[in-house]
Amino acid sequence: MTKFPTSDSRDHTVSFSESGPSGSSGSMNRRRFLAYAAATPVLTVAIRLGLDSAAPATAAAVVPSPPDPSEVFDIADAIVYASKPTMGLVVLEVGEDGQVRLELPRQEMGQGITTAMAMLIAEEMEVPLDHVDVPLADGRPELMFNQMTAGSCTLRTFYDPLRVLAATARARMIATAGRQWGVAPDRLSVRDGVVHAPDGRNASYGSLSAAAAKLSLPDLKVSPKPESEHKIVGTSTPRIDGHDIVTGRKQFTTDVAVPGAMPTMLRRPPTIQGTVEAVHNAAEVEQLPGVIGVTTVPTGVAVMAETFERARRGVNALDVTFGPGPIDGESNESIMQQLRRSIVPLAVPEVGAQTVDAEFEWPAANNAALEPECAVADVGSDRAEIWSGFQSPIVAQQRIAQELGLTQDQVTTHVMPAGGGFGRRVFWDAAMEAALVSQALGRPARVMWHRTDDMRHARVRPPTYNKIRASVLGGQVVSYEQRVAGAATDFRQGLGEILTYSADAFPTVGPRKAVGNDLFEEAVFTLMVSSPYNFGAYTKEMIPVKVGDGSTSFGMNTTSYRSVPCQTARGCEEIVADELAALLGMDPVDFRRAHVKDDRARAVLDKAAEVAGWGKRMPAGFAQGVGYHLESRSHHACIVELDARDTERPRVTRATSVLDVGKPINPLGLQAQMLGCLIDALSLTLTAGLHIVDGLPLEGSYSQYHFARQDDSPLEVHNIVMPPNDGRMGGSGEVGMAAPTGAIANAYAKATGNKPRRFPLHFPVDFEPIPPGKLPEPAFP
Amino acid sequence: MPSYTFTANGENVTVDAADDEPLLWVLRDMLGITGPKYGCGINVCKACTSLLDGEAVNPCSVKVSTVQGREVTTIEGLADGDTLHPVQQAWLERDVAQCGYCQPGQIMAAVALLQRTTNPTDAEIDEIENVCRCGTYVRIREAIKSAAGKLG
Ligand code: FES
Ligand code: FES
Repeated sequence: MTKFPTSDSRDHTVSFSESGPSGSSGSMNRRRFLAYAAATPVLTVAIRLGLDSAAPATAAAVVPSPPDPSEVFDIADAIVYASKPTMGLVVLEVGEDGQVRLELPRQEMGQGITTAMAMLIAEEMEVPLDHVDVPLADGRPELMFNQMTAGSCTLRTFYDPLRVLAATARARMIATAGRQWGVAPDRLSVRDGVVHAPDGRNASYGSLSAAAAKLSLPDLKVSPKPESEHKIVGTSTPRIDGHDIVTGRKQFTTDVAVPGAMPTMLRRPPTIQGTVEAVHNAAEVEQLPGVIGVTTVPTGVAVMAETFERARRGVNALDVTFGPGPIDGESNESIMQQLRRSIVPLAVPEVGAQTVDAEFEWPAANNAALEPECAVADVGSDRAEIWSGFQSPIVAQQRIAQELGLTQDQVTTHVMPAGGGFGRRVFWDAAMEAALVSQALGRPARVMWHRTDDMRHARVRPPTYNKIRASVLGGQVVSYEQRVAGAATDFRQGLGEILTYSADAFPTVGPRKAVGNDLFEEAVFTLMVSSPYNFGAYTKEMIPVKVGDGSTSFGMNTTSYRSVPCQTARGCEEIVADELAALLGMDPVDFRRAHVKDDRARAVLDKAAEVAGWGKRMPAGFAQGVGYHLESRSHHACIVELDARDTERPRVTRATSVLDVGKPINPLGLQAQMLGCLIDALSLTLTAGLHIVDGLPLEGSYSQYHFARQDDSPLEVHNIVMPPNDGRMGGSGEVGMAAPTGAIANAYAKATGNKPRRFPLHFPVDFEPIPPGKLPEPAFP
Repeated sequence: MPSYTFTANGENVTVDAADDEPLLWVLRDMLGITGPKYGCGINVCKACTSLLDGEAVNPCSVKVSTVQGREVTTIEGLADGDTLHPVQQAWLERDVAQCGYCQPGQIMAAVALLQRTTNPTDAEIDEIENVCRCGTYVRIREAIKSAAGKLG
């Protein structure tokens, strides 16, 4: 690897030593000559300590809350911090064909980061967007903490380093052409990937690439374009994979043509995390038509066959004795009781003031990505290759290598674009299964979970119980306290290590101590959830609860869900905010305007109120509702109109979303994220959840797990992205969850007169559950 | 094992398969036509939506024996060479897709709808049951209306 000295970052300059092209891996295409890495921390963006604005117009009228740790250092800062040391290993290449290529060490699961990266590169290098390719990098252990996709911070992490990287490549092209022509570089210009001299001579990047890689340029000075000159960044740009998607060419994990990788499904225990005790008829099942092999892995019994249907039939023909799982004795109600019992007392006594006391319940939920858990694995005696939608490919590679008895460098994790993630793909459950099956059967395996298993056995969003007390004295909110008890969230996917590494940079003791004690969940809660309001004395606490009989190290199998604790915890606070407004006789929007901590918050609320026509007369059974949320430095306001004439099936008919991310890269992509969050929040608030009964969810497919469909979706959405403002970039993948949750619940309260407390609001078992064990038959007519 | 012949995206294909093999796995596992996606296997998510003699079907729940001699069109067969179908074009113009996994099915469902009616109402669009977990429904609705404008 070429060594690049660290530069002084203040003048936005990068210097390079010269020892030829560097590549990210030994398999780099030889025809790509120019490869650069950015020196470490370029354009360091200092963490600003303190609040953005003291909100002078209203500060006198409310009781201010002290700054929350998450306002000065949030979860994304931890990931940005941990990514920096190895950013110099991220490489940009220019091929002889003029194509620019960045192997991105992150996961693209629909959130649009590959498009945004291509925009940044095209902007700096002055090439058309379709000259930029952004494939996903294989797991690269040398990147350490810089290959985990989480925390809504990919753009925040890459914005500065990638611009410098691309600007460097452009500068070298210009310098190379200048040398060849004997013209000073500052007299040359670039258009569409071609360097032009004033006398009309020109040369394409492709033609210059080989020479540019060899040229010694010790004094090259590089500055990214001033943002004021951006032509692509900040403009609405369609996805770079759009054409492949609409033509069916985009390849997901199970589409990959790995020769001989045969379809494999598993027979899973009748309860979550049950065990396999004995398989009674493996030899018989192996004789079934189309079946290739049967093998047992810790999570079930795998059947490999010529097609997935033959595998499914094999699975159903198996006769297996299963052992119990850790939550066999648990159901939604018993879990909720345990959470309720675990709540620690509130600090402010219930005396002398008017209070809003509220308790909220959220059941487990399935991430329900449309692409089920899946992976392809090809394992040999001294090497393994695995394809899957990894969000954390390095940790996956370590853990899978351990299980296979291989060294980490013998295992390659190919990161496939995922068919949705929403937090699920930070773990590698299917990849582990595929690897073990391939090793046991001695041939490549293509493992896919049946949807019914995916609904029932995939890690869940932890169920939570929220207890909130807010008090009002003398016409002012003087305290707000929130306690959250939730089934413990598994952070063994790599985030724990990232937090441990970055703990020294935490500005406050609380989360640092939590991480020191391996209490990652508390740290994440502290770094993500904060009241955006001046509610006086403010306390918050998260109590993770191990649900289950203790037979597994972690209890119930959980994972993060988009926005981790925010959608539920902050959604509940938004409901309480409306109830406080009512207590004070204030309009909900005015109440929020008066209590938010900065002007950007007021601006998104004002915009939403204006566009939505807040306060207009609504027909009987309809109501408007508002919500506001601040997360990953971004502000989001949402106003919905809810048609609750049929209280069993309320529909959001119209929604207004106003997002302020500080510095929008691709407004069209940001709007897509807000639409996605809106539908996600709408589903979780109104209809989507799991009924766990005796250790297994009843829900077994999309006909039973009620994620929104077209006829639940608003007919009209006003989707506004605020123009750039203070220059600090916020995240967008998760911030859009909490405001619509609050808005929908508040509209429901107004339309029906019922206080929203137990979610989802409409949650009957309105289906015949699929019996546990066998996988359901195709619905042949 | 019986053998079945049908047209897949304009090409004649013959497969040896069990008579009750779902068309989805014939396409994906035997013919390598991976555009139609699996999402449930029981005809409730609609990710696999394709056309059989021009009508929308869900290959996860169609026996291969019933397509003998018929014409199957998947997302891969929708464009006319390099010329995209107006629905595909509308999808690009509205930048509908997020992860993209549901979109082959969504597009085929929209094509089938627009074959039945050139001016679909909101209620008719609401009848499309295809799950989009990324939540692209609003853009799907807009893209269908825009394609309808061009087709009509
Ligand atoms: S896979 Fe065919 S409808 Fe779900
Ligand atoms: S775009 Fe991801 S499921 Fe629809």
